Amino acid sequence: MQNFEYCTPRTLGETFDLLGENDCQCRVLAGGTDLIVQLRQGALSVDRVIDIKHLPECKQLICDPIEGLTLGATVPCHRIYEDKAIVDTYPGLIDSIAIIGGIQIQGRATVGGNLCNSSPSADSIPILIAYGATCEIVGAAENRRIPVENFCTGPGKNILEKGEILVAIHLPPVPKSSGAHYLRFIPRFEMDIAVVGAGAYVELDDEGRMFNKVRIGLAAVAPTPLYAREAGDLLKGREVSDESIDAAASSAQSIARPISDMRAPAEYRKHLVKVLTRRALWGAINRARGEFVPNAVQNNDQ
Amino acid sequence: MAATSNSENGNGNGKYKVIGTRPIRHDGLDKVTGRAVYGIDQNLPGMLYGQTLRSPHPHARIRSIDTTKAEALEGVRAVVTADDFSPAGDDEVISLVEGVFRLTHMRSNILAKDKVLYQGHSVAAVAATNIHIAEEALRLIEVDYEILPYVEDVHEAMREDAPLLHDDLTTEDFGEDTGTKSNIASHTQFKIGDLEKGFGESDVIIEHEFKTASVHQGYIESHNATAEWKTDGQLTVWTSTQGAFGVQKQTAGILGIPVSKVKVVPMEIGGGFGGKIPVYLAPQAALLSKKSGRPVKIIMTRADVFKSTGPTPATYVKVKIGADKTGKFLAAEANFAFAAGAFPGSPVWAGAMCVFSCYSFPNALVDGYDVVLNKPRSAAYRAPGATPVILATETIVDEIAEKLGVDPIEIRLLNAAQEGVRRVDGVVYPVIGCRETLEQAKAHEHYRTPLNGPNQGRGIATGFWVNAGLKSSATAHVNEDGTVNLVEGSTDIGGSRASIAMQFAEVLGLPAEAINPSVGDTSSVGYTELTGGSRVTFATGWAAYEAAQEVKRKMMAKAAMYWEAPEEEVRFEDGIFLHATDADKKLSFKELAGHLKDLGGAVVGSGTVDPDYGSGGSFTTCMADVEVDPDTGKVTILRFTMIQDAGTAIHPSYVEGQMQGGSVQGIGWALNEEYFYSEGRMQNASFLDYRIPTCFDVPMVDTVIVEVPHPGHPFGVRGVGEASIAPPPAAIAIAIYNAVGVRLRELPMRPDRVLAACLEKLAASH
Repeated sequence: MQNFEYCTPRTLGETFDLLGENDCQCRVLAGGTDLIVQLRQGALSVDRVIDIKHLPECKQLICDPIEGLTLGATVPCHRIYEDKAIVDTYPGLIDSIAIIGGIQIQGRATVGGNLCNSSPSADSIPILIAYGATCEIVGAAENRRIPVENFCTGPGKNILEKGEILVAIHLPPVPKSSGAHYLRFIPRFEMDIAVVGAGAYVELDDEGRMFNKVRIGLAAVAPTPLYAREAGDLLKGREVSDESIDAAASSAQSIARPISDMRAPAEYRKHLVKVLTRRALWGAINRARGEFVPNAVQNNDQ
Repeated sequence: MAATSNSENGNGNGKYKVIGTRPIRHDGLDKVTGRAVYGIDQNLPGMLYGQTLRSPHPHARIRSIDTTKAEALEGVRAVVTADDFSPAGDDEVISLVEGVFRLTHMRSNILAKDKVLYQGHSVAAVAATNIHIAEEALRLIEVDYEILPYVEDVHEAMREDAPLLHDDLTTEDFGEDTGTKSNIASHTQFKIGDLEKGFGESDVIIEHEFKTASVHQGYIESHNATAEWKTDGQLTVWTSTQGAFGVQKQTAGILGIPVSKVKVVPMEIGGGFGGKIPVYLAPQAALLSKKSGRPVKIIMTRADVFKSTGPTPATYVKVKIGADKTGKFLAAEANFAFAAGAFPGSPVWAGAMCVFSCYSFPNALVDGYDVVLNKPRSAAYRAPGATPVILATETIVDEIAEKLGVDPIEIRLLNAAQEGVRRVDGVVYPVIGCRETLEQAKAHEHYRTPLNGPNQGRGIATGFWVNAGLKSSATAHVNEDGTVNLVEGSTDIGGSRASIAMQFAEVLGLPAEAINPSVGDTSSVGYTELTGGSRVTFATGWAAYEAAQEVKRKMMAKAAMYWEAPEEEVRFEDGIFLHATDADKKLSFKELAGHLKDLGGAVVGSGTVDPDYGSGGSFTTCMADVEVDPDTGKVTILRFTMIQDAGTAIHPSYVEGQMQGGSVQGIGWALNEEYFYSEGRMQNASFLDYRIPTCFDVPMVDTVIVEVPHPGHPFGVRGVGEASIAPPPAAIAIAIYNAVGVRLRELPMRPDRVLAACLEKLAASH
């Protein structure tokens, strides 16, 4: 591995000073589970690594029934899924973060890092899109908030400008008759990168029969994670049925433009979008109806 | 015949005292507490760290290599290329149990001479004061490549107009050099009976083509070597290997020095499966040590393990089988081509031995081709060559059974190989346990338990591995406290210290714990072939048996000396030395050992053996239950049972461990493992994307050990290390067919392939 400078700023001000230095290639480190691997592989070349784990703004984890969930950018996955309130309120988020790598990785890996790494196959991004989450970006000059679906711009690329960092992610509060679910397809049963991922968030009417609101996010079928806006919108006001869900799944499938690579052929990925969208929607509906849908943290044994 | 299921807590078989029990392995505590010393733990004063520069191209001519900038970097102590080899000597052939290789090819695989033949081919190596400097120095080496057209498909490589890898490679046909320049290194043929007559009399004939991808052994410990080449010309190598003498032979040959100048110390080994037979790093480390005057350690990265060390050949196999109405096999024909990689030597011979090994075929023909192409040189992997050909044969056997309406176990029993059956390569079987594994399958609760759900299916398949004998040595020293130090020459991959010590202990009536087994280096034990070919418990165990016999004779002589009696009056029974006539004169082994210091000194016994091939081999039958997700094509293994003839199971837990290990690797071959290439370059050179099964992907593998003792071994041992990998892909392919009605004939049976087959079937039915 090449030599680089490693900094651990304690304040945002210090961080911006370090980031802003001219002729210094900087990368921000949260959990490091992608960054360190890329450095070791020689895929990245940097002069300075800035570890933002010690910034208080990045460490917050607040689950509030009115404000929603505030997820500091450097909060590791295990802190999230060990928080019972979050597990109960945002099971769709848990579906995704509890399958990122193995338990050792989850002790370090962060949702903020997953976003900033901006991989098309990132597991946490489709469900953040489905929940309607926003990114809190802070820079030396100005701060901004943007929807997660607008954050990634290409494989490994995002809208962060030089001198900006992602500080936190905000998930809106969830009403009573809502539910969310994320699932991915991998050839094995653990320890893989998503061949396709699909996350769905639904709000149903009080009887649990009609869709009031639906948002669907997809992974690994385009250069960035996708927000399948039309697929969700066409369910609004429609009855929960195999037919309506099929129509939404077909709509989601139509926007997928996957590539063929070592993980799967494009045609197969396209096929899976429909299957997974359907399954993600049913998982979300079942949760909205108060039924139990297991994940890596909440399973039938409990 | 006896059978032991792993659900029973087998503790001895009644026939022996030690054999068949399950003592704690002698090396167990060190392994589980992290104290065992592996190759990367080797550190020497002044040691340098090496790194290897590898080709990014699948095929290119090396116009020049400029190392001056790398040499000038602070901390770099040596840079070597193929020019640093001493002028090539004779082009000898080296035999390494599971393959035979030309020395010139081995040398150019260590450091490319004029051409690079695959992505990952080594071109230079650097030694520096730390690993990061060595890595940086690699970037400063300038190699001028002339890109050449490459070939990565076995059939394309066989074409006359294919890009040729080697100027000096001509096809060997039936052992004769044809003089024809080609990528086809050899054509092998075996034949028995009258093929035309056999097919002519057949009522059903089925023929299909099969393909399998290159797969890697996936040992968890990567390759490593530390070398110290002293100014007196003595070279010592510490390395992870399946055989210290094999490393000695290869390293000496490649470097052009006598074997007596090379001492090899085998370290603990973190998996090999055939892949740690060839050397990759030892000659590089040796050259760097010679040039720098310092010891040099090289540890290979995982990506380089994938890209540069031998996976299995990718294969093409065509098999045709004819049977009469009752299901009796009358004729069989096989034609296959193995992609050897950049240099010849794929296990075509073994594929030919195994393809029709499980049954009696009165008429058969096998043609096999060893083909070079622009991929890493293939290496042995657990029952090399067997798995792809067994996949073909077993799938077709299943189709014949289905067509004739015969039970899949009954058709196998009807045709099962047994004593006296002549295999297509000419071997006539001695007593073997093929039929017995099938009978155990039939009697097994798994076979009788119904499946319970849609899209579920069960598959049964039988497999075989030839098993090697070959040279082994062991030497024993009796300690005065009655324990014995046993030095043996086989590196211990699967618990062989225990299984060898137990055979020694059995002879002397000692508990297994009284033996301290250790693996010797090339200067401390007699010549021993490498750990491979399922030979160690069989042959090295036999050497230990012989060593124990010598210890027994010498101890009896010492007892006679102690009692001042003639030697013929001493008997040895149940671990006690007895006087033939005086019942008061009795000495345990321990008591007699305590007197040795007054009886003329130490007792040392040694044994060397060289049993030939012809051990009869080992047969396996397995059953797999699967469930297929019809929407995604993903296959879940619900249940798996492996049945194997072990001859005599010395340590049943380690026999079961081998059977489970082979099963899991076979499941990996079947479902997900493959070298994925694009533009001549491997795309998935990491454990993330090269998908070996995790513990979530396999159920508990049930085992049944069948014991049909090997008549040629003192304790009836057969090797058990390999045959378990042969039938799982076939059993899974058959199970998938029984689940969703589609036959897959290409490995791996990835979800997208299973789905495509299901969709095709669906479309055809409309």
